[in-house]
Amino acid sequence: MKKYNLFGIAILSIIVLGCSEFNKSNDSGLNNSTAEKVFVAPGELDDYYAFLSGGFSGQLSVYGLPSGRLFKVIPVFSQDPEKAYGYNEETKPMLNTSFGFVPWGDAHHPDLSQTNGIIDGRWCFINENNTPRIARIDLTTFETTEIIELPNSAGNHSSPYVTDNTEYVVAGTRFGVPVPQRDISIDKYKGNFKGALSFIKVDQDSGEMNLEFQVMTPGFDYDKAHPGRGKSHGWMFFSTYNSEESNSLLEVNASQNDKDFIAAVNWKKAEEYLKQGKYKTMKTNYVHNKYDEHTQTATSKTMKEVKIIDPAECPGVVYFLPMPKSPHGCDVDPTGEYIVGSGKLSANVTVHSFTKMMDAIENEKFDGEAYGIPILNFEDVLAGVVKQPGLGPLHTEFDDKGNAYTSFFISSEIVKWKLGTWEVLDRKPSYYSPGHVMIPGGNSQKPFGKYLLALNKITKDRYIPTGPELCQSAQLYDISGKKMELLSDFPTIGEPHYAAAAPRELIMPNSKKIYKLEENHHPYAVKNEKDVKVVRDGNVVHVYMTSIRSHFAPDNIEGIKVGDKVYFHVTNLEQDFDTPHGIGIMGAKTSELLIMPGQTETIIWEPKKVGVWPFYCTDFCSALHQEMQGYVRVSPKDSTIKLSWSLDGE
Amino acid sequence: MKLKIIISSFVICFLFSCGNSNENNNPNHIDSTKIVEKDTQSESVDKGIGPIKNVELNHHVDKEISAVGKTTFDSKCSACHKMNKRFIGPSLDLVTKRRSPEWIMNMILNPDQMVKENKVAKELLMEYISPMANQSLTEEEARSILEYFIENDNNKS
Repeated sequence: MKKYNLFGIAILSIIVLGCSEFNKSNDSGLNNSTAEKVFVAPGELDDYYAFLSGGFSGQLSVYGLPSGRLFKVIPVFSQDPEKAYGYNEETKPMLNTSFGFVPWGDAHHPDLSQTNGIIDGRWCFINENNTPRIARIDLTTFETTEIIELPNSAGNHSSPYVTDNTEYVVAGTRFGVPVPQRDISIDKYKGNFKGALSFIKVDQDSGEMNLEFQVMTPGFDYDKAHPGRGKSHGWMFFSTYNSEESNSLLEVNASQNDKDFIAAVNWKKAEEYLKQGKYKTMKTNYVHNKYDEHTQTATSKTMKEVKIIDPAECPGVVYFLPMPKSPHGCDVDPTGEYIVGSGKLSANVTVHSFTKMMDAIENEKFDGEAYGIPILNFEDVLAGVVKQPGLGPLHTEFDDKGNAYTSFFISSEIVKWKLGTWEVLDRKPSYYSPGHVMIPGGNSQKPFGKYLLALNKITKDRYIPTGPELCQSAQLYDISGKKMELLSDFPTIGEPHYAAAAPRELIMPNSKKIYKLEENHHPYAVKNEKDVKVVRDGNVVHVYMTSIRSHFAPDNIEGIKVGDKVYFHVTNLEQDFDTPHGIGIMGAKTSELLIMPGQTETIIWEPKKVGVWPFYCTDFCSALHQEMQGYVRVSPKDSTIKLSWSLDGE
Repeated sequence: MKLKIIISSFVICFLFSCGNSNENNNPNHIDSTKIVEKDTQSESVDKGIGPIKNVELNHHVDKEISAVGKTTFDSKCSACHKMNKRFIGPSLDLVTKRRSPEWIMNMILNPDQMVKENKVAKELLMEYISPMANQSLTEEEARSILEYFIENDNNKS
């Protein structure tokens, strides 16, 4: 089929070339080989799914690579009226926290589940900074199915990072805070403020998260993290700044020490202590929200306890590796040997060796201690230094050929260098000021070394301006050759802080097309149009409604009164791919609903005015979409009009 | 099929490439040639297009299967089809007298292609505008619905 189409196109091209009137402007961008590398022809598919964080939008966006086309914005931590996420009754509990309902979030780091250190396409995890939480997105439905809050944490930035077999999703805390929280003078920071490192266990079948334990470390700022890979599997590495434990004017006061630390945490050792009961159970308060695909409804549960491991009392769990000048990035190469630290204020990129670290631990090559945690001797763990590669190093990812790629925020460039020899091989500018870089699989044992995506903080003159607020952007580089080649840049939603990507073969075959009606166990589902009904219970009214191309049943409802709380439970009876229906109701203070085939969703409508109010399908569903509408008659509070409902007079 | 694609590719190429030289290049022109091709294919019993090539009917209606068919029909189809009146789609009384068993099952299982390529299904779409929905039924479910239709029609005639 495709072959013949191509044949047709070939002939078409010949004929086009033969017609002189079309032959004048033949020097379009398509003749440029760079353009061809990112051009995905209409109807063709991208090679990679890329999941870009939406930054302060709180969401996760799905782009195709190499095209840079946006496919979906998955609502995670913020309400989304387009999809009714956080507005409908089913998903409201997802945004519950120990602070109550929080309608927004600041999402930074997507990370994909792995098996044997290789990304496996099952789940995507992403952190929320402001009200510390981690979400799990199911990559069969592309929906947020779980959110867990993290107690004792603040500024959940070094998070969430996935270990080789998705045993744990790990989360550090950027801000030291009093643990437990209490009324205390801020200048009592030193020694009283703590940094909780959370280890969230992941159930291998369901993906369900459980806060297994926290390692309570000193109140430094735990900025970024990376699990050990391969030989260093079982360890977790966190970069820290503010080892000065300053509580004011950090841009000066947290830049005093010549070296801060990489905290190396042996979580397998921590598990042993846990088994031996060498932990404290701390009373606390956090919520765990889960979306059940069968009832299609989320529940929020308050958790009361967490197990705390004190590294001073559990030797061998935490070591500090000195790292120059407020390291930001903390990245482990695919072999697990090299731990790359990028001192924000350093002119160099410093790399530690896991082998040397193990030797230094065994032979106690210590250089003092901090709060009972041994500090390893810098020279004894150092693998090498990439000398003066650029200004403001931030993050590093890896290809499958032993090369590393580091972003430089201040000098606005990507630098390619060689692991082991530490020589700089190539540099390319980025536009402008990249934060993270992302290579599909580039933080795992198996990078797919074809593309690199730079996630830029600033765009300035790159696009037509849109007032003072400009878009942020991602830039795609081809890294398959010796030299990097900038292919394209494209604007993104929010701040594309970090990203993760996977070949489409890993995800596309599992992408769900519909929800089967038989598997819909929503308590208010209607699976047969004959069973639609409207039920009153005091001033609460439940409308059991169905939608199918192109009508609602019922579509005429009478007997509703001012002051009622009307729940519209709408089941989409379609069982075909790409046939959602929506519903908008005049005067609704929530949002529309957008209901996938086989799904049931609920919106609350509280009529304030007497009258006849229309509702309609918001998602253009068929040629008769405009006819997909209905009416609710709202009578005065004391009306005696009986509740009734119908479709086509029946 | 492949031959047709080549031919239509040629047609499209000519139509779009040197448009000015051809005054008759309206889309209807292409459509009518396609319809002519289809007509020559289906002279005998119209079995429709889809996975069902041949259906062996039972001598007597299988009441158990028919009952399953009714349940499935009520849940997946009745939002658009009533037995005794035109609704979103046609009334289904006596449908088994109008259409072959294969056509009915193919329309249930493969509506997207049917409304594009089968003459009768195309005419129905023109009349009813709402396209027949694909409700993702299994062949077994479609067969049970057919049995329900047969029983319904036996009772009518």
